[in-house]
Parts: sequence; structure tokens; C-alpha cells
Amino acid sequence: MTTHKPVGGRLLTGPFAILLVLVAVMAVILVQRFALGLGAVTNMNDGYPFGIWVVIDMVIGTGFGCGGFALALLVYILNKGEYHPLMRPALLAGLFGYTLGGMSIVVDLGRYLNVYNLFLPWQMQPNSVMFEVALCVMAYIIVLFIEFLPTLLEKTESEGLRNLLKKSMFFFIALGVLLPTMHQSSLGTLLVILGHQVSPLWQTQALPALYLLSAILMGYAVVVFEGILAATTFRRPFEGEILGKLSGVIFWMLLVYLVIRFGDLVMRGALGGLMTDPVNGIMFVIENLLYVVPVLILVIPANRRSPRMLFLAALSLLAAGSVYRIDSYLVGYHPGNGWTYYPSVTEILVTVGIFSLEVVLYLIFVKKLPVLHSRTQA
Amino acid sequence: MTMNRRDFLRVAVSGGALSVAGAPPAEAAREAKPMPPDAVGMLYDSTLCIGCKACVSACREANGLGPVNEANPGWNDGTWDTPLDLSAKTFNVIKAYRHGTMAKKDRKENGFAFVKRHCLHCVDPSCVSACPVSAMQKDPKTGIVSYDPDACIGCRYCVYSCPFNIPRFDYSAAYGKIGKCEFCRHLQVDGKTPACCDVCPTGASLFGRVDDLRAEAKRRLALKPGDVTTFPRGNLSGSRAFGKEGGEQAAKMQSPHDAPAGTYLNGLYGEKELGGTQVHYLSGVPFEKLGLPTDVPDRGYASVSEGIQHTLYKGMIAPVVLLGGLAALAFRATRDSDGEDKK
Repeated sequence: MTTHKPVGGRLLTGPFAILLVLVAVMAVILVQRFALGLGAVTNMNDGYPFGIWVVIDMVIGTGFGCGGFALALLVYILNKGEYHPLMRPALLAGLFGYTLGGMSIVVDLGRYLNVYNLFLPWQMQPNSVMFEVALCVMAYIIVLFIEFLPTLLEKTESEGLRNLLKKSMFFFIALGVLLPTMHQSSLGTLLVILGHQVSPLWQTQALPALYLLSAILMGYAVVVFEGILAATTFRRPFEGEILGKLSGVIFWMLLVYLVIRFGDLVMRGALGGLMTDPVNGIMFVIENLLYVVPVLILVIPANRRSPRMLFLAALSLLAAGSVYRIDSYLVGYHPGNGWTYYPSVTEILVTVGIFSLEVVLYLIFVKKLPVLHSRTQA
Repeated sequence: MTMNRRDFLRVAVSGGALSVAGAPPAEAAREAKPMPPDAVGMLYDSTLCIGCKACVSACREANGLGPVNEANPGWNDGTWDTPLDLSAKTFNVIKAYRHGTMAKKDRKENGFAFVKRHCLHCVDPSCVSACPVSAMQKDPKTGIVSYDPDACIGCRYCVYSCPFNIPRFDYSAAYGKIGKCEFCRHLQVDGKTPACCDVCPTGASLFGRVDDLRAEAKRRLALKPGDVTTFPRGNLSGSRAFGKEGGEQAAKMQSPHDAPAGTYLNGLYGEKELGGTQVHYLSGVPFEKLGLPTDVPDRGYASVSEGIQHTLYKGMIAPVVLLGGLAALAFRATRDSDGEDKK
């Protein structure tokens, strides 16, 4: 018997209050940003026009939001129904990851009032990778909402709408796989046009493949991470068997990722880039060690049953995907001309606020709505 | 372990079909773009430039940009226009290369040289390819790369992608915009010459048709250094509107003058670099010393990035086909699970 239930319990806990304060701090900074401009609260400049609001909130944030996408591949495309219990929390995390990533971009846009131009056929520029990412992400946010809608409707009496959703859901599931496939790979393609400005350690035509694979990996890692965290904080049964199986998928995918990553570097003879710039070299080593750690953990079958080891592997994988994205967008990017960039305190506080808001919304939803799966109390 | 290698392959094929299976081969670039038929451009000859910065202030006047006093803030309280670099409010700037004792102009060792930096109006511009809303456009006839603030959403992908670091965004304004050289297209409408070339006293900045400018550059490259030759000023291909308006003195300023030919170290910059540009450079010091990237391919990066997109998407046919396959699989899966998923 499978069923989903709200966790219940008190909402306003200590950590929850701290998160709310962080969200409030962000709100104040955003007022400043709109009144005084981007320069007033960020360290972005014409050498580094993309700061952490793009790279962390959007490029990494949506990677974290790929849980629903990655699981849908297993559950619906490969028809592995046993992973289904993990689906709802993953969709919820995706919904918030993407929505707030998108919100962050609107805050980052210098001429946000002109956003409607993206929808005017005579202004659209389909050759632009940015155009593709923008439309695809917006469409996917809507799809995520529709995919999550049954959870919201479970408590209501709208039988008709529920049935309609149920009948048409296969189409939205398909879209929910197609759209992230497109825009997560495009987040990599976006860097191709930067050419020599990105170090050969990261600049490659394999960027779309690497970004897609690493996004799916981050998606699975988020599912494992969140599953274990939910089990411990809400004292729920540990979904050991499913997570163990999932870690097997992660293991093989990681190997493929590393083969493509290093095969590409060797074929292009780009590993020499390790020596030319020490910061690049160090960050490259950190990034790939973080990818290798989960391989070493998961190669031992016993570790796939251990919540502690699984958690470590997932954490390392999330860090790996994040560092890879920061490396390719910022660390390995060299605009020359003496430009430097390090985010300002206010800039960082906005990113912290965005992620706090995600956790706040997640907590409200899992406590009040039937998101998490429960076997025993059914 | 239930997830075996065969299952994994199915993950890779179904999920990654767009990207993994279709990983673009090394030559996924689209066709390089040709030079527009009536391309206009500039020839900047660093050996002729005396660093007077008349072009910088003329550009400000022509484009309605106020003075920028960045240098020497201790004593410069706004009287002097001293931009240090291009910005959203500085569309062209004169910079200097300096080495050692700086004893001789246009020499790499113990010398110095000037360079005028602004948009090169690429034949295959990255900014135009990057812009999601067509705010950056390349004129199909003249090749002028223009910017439309009414379309621009301020994503700054043009700033990020430009290999010459040209478009700049105004971060100091609450609702900033991009600023860059547009070849004074508002003056050209009236048959006038772009301001920087119009005022240049030595013809270091010369405006004209790209074909003519390239021929002029080749002529200079063929000269023996030191040989006296005639250098045109203003607009190589004709009308000197400012000259007519400004009377005799201005007309004299616009007429060609004789001077010894410079020692041109390298060839002509802008013929091949990144698919070619409509602004060309001649110089007595290596181009990279003037901040121009030289270790670059002969095709624009936009052709590579668009090539990848076109290979993967095949005019949106590939995504639609993939969507069909995914929908069929998802339909099967949701139908199968109907029984067990009943609440």
C-alpha cells in the first residue's frame, strides 16, 4: 500500500525563524537593487557581467532542481515504478529550485521591464542560446507546477480536474523530461560562444553533454540527499532499498561522465591548462576529486546500503556539480584587461536569501501537504 | 543490483539522446558569414595616431555622452574628460602601450604606441548571436552592429560573449542600458562621417567602405618604412560633410596630407580574425600589445555555438520527435502503474 501524507508538526521552529530573517534581509537588499541599480549591491562589472545571481541561483539552483527530471527518466521513461515514492518531494524541490532560479534572473536583468520582448515573434532570436534557455526554463516551471498539481488537489473535491490531469499527465511527464534535457544542456552550450575567454580545461564542444549528464547526476544526488535528510529530521522510515538501487544508477552515470570529461580533455590535449594558471589548476583538481569521491564510495556495494555513506556520496556529487558550474562560468573565464570579480556581501546575502526561501517553502509544503511517502502509517 | 549496464544504456539513450548520443562532432560549426555587400568600416593606423583624443571627445558630443572623469580624481573634479576604459558612457577610448624608457613611438622595446578601442563590427558578431531579443542587430547592407535599448532585457550576455570586451552595461543606473560604438549611424543617415574619423587630424582613424580601406591598408603595408606618402583623412570614399559645414579651415583639415610611412610590424588586423571585422588595425607593435586578441581562430565563435544548436535541434524537429517518443513511453508507464498507484 503506497500513500503520501503531510508530515504535520509545528511550523515555526527555531531554524525556520532564522530562515525567515535571512529572507527578510534579502528583501531589503532587493529594494536597494531596484532603487539604485545593480552596481549598488553587486560587484558585477563589464569583465564579469554574470555574477553569482546567475551562476549560483540559476545555473546551480536549477541543477539542484533536477531531481524530478532525473527521477522521471527512471520512473516513467524506463518504467521503473519502484522509484515512484521519491517522486513528489523531488518535484517539489524542483518546482522551488526552478521558480526561485527564474526569480533570481528577473532581479538580475538590467532592463526587466522589456522582458515581454522574449514573447514577441519579431523580437525572438532563435539562434541565441540564452533565448532557448529563457523560454525552456519558463515552460518547465509551468510543467513542474502541473506535475505537482495532483498533490495540491488531493485534499479538494475537484474530481473532474483530477481525472483530466490523470489522463493528460503522460504528456506533461514527457515535456518534463524533454525541457530540462534541452535547457540543462544549453546551459553548457551557452559558454561555447565565449571561445578563448574560457580556459581549455572547460571550453569544449562537449559542454552540452557534460552539463546535461552533470545535471541529471545532481538531480539523483538531491533525491538521495533529501531522502536521507527527511528520514532523519522528520523521523521517518529510511527508504534504504530504493536509495541503494538509485545509487547504482548514479555510479554508472558518474563513470560515463568522467569518461567523457577526461576523454575530451585528452583528445583536445587540454590538460596542459592545469599548469598555466594555478587557480584554474587547483579548482579543476577540487572539482574532479569531488566527482571521484562518490565513485570510490559507491564502488563498494555495502556502502550503497549505508545511509551515512550514501549521504556523503550525494553531498560530494552536489558539490562537484556546483564547483563544475562555478569553474566553467567564473573561475575558468578570463576576460583579460585586469578584470576581477568576487561577490559582494549584499550579493551573497541575496543568494543566501533565495536558498532560504526555497527551504522555507519546502518545509511549509511537506508539513501541510501530502508530499512525503509513507509506508507504515497508512 | 537491478540496474545493470543494459538499463543504464537505456537511460543514456532515452534521456541524453539530444546531447549525449548527438554530441556534436568537432566540425559542428555553421557556415561562416560573408562580408555584407556595402560594408562600411574604419582603418585605424596606430603609427599615425598622436594620442590627441580628439576622437574621444568628438564621440561624446556626437552621441550625447557626458564627460567621464575617472583618472586623477584627486585634482580632477570634473573639468577634464579622462575615461580610463570603454564604458556604457564611453564608446571609444585611446589607450597607450608603454614599455621601458618609452623613448620611441611605435616600437615594442623601450617604446610606446597608441590604440583606439571601440566596437570592431564583426562580420560574424557574437553579440548578435547571443542576444535573445534581437536588440543587437547587424545591418544586412552596411554591416553596422546596432543596439536597441527598447528591446534589450539587460541580460548582459552580449557583454559576456564579446571576444573584444566591447559592449558595456551601466551598472550605476537603476535601469541601465548597454553602450557601444554604432559607427555614428545617426550621422550616416545624413551622409555624414562618424565623428571620430571626421575630427582625426592625422587620418589615423579613417572611415570608408571596407573594400577600399583594405586596399588602402595593403598600399601602406607595401611601402618602404620612412618613404613619404599621402594619407587620406576623414572619409576615404567621398563626402566630407563636416568639412563643408566647417568652412575653409575644416576642409583643409580633411584633405589628405603627406607624411613618412610607418614601420608596420605585422599584417592587417581584422581581415581573418574571428571571421573578420569591419574595423581594421595597422600597427608598429604586436597587436596583442594593443589589447587585440591574436591567438584566435579564423571563424567567429558564434558559428561554432550556432552550429551545435542547429546540429542538436535540427530546426526543432529533433525535440518534437523526442517528445513523441517520451510521451509514448510515459503513457505506457502511467497506464501500467494505474492499478498499483490507486490511493
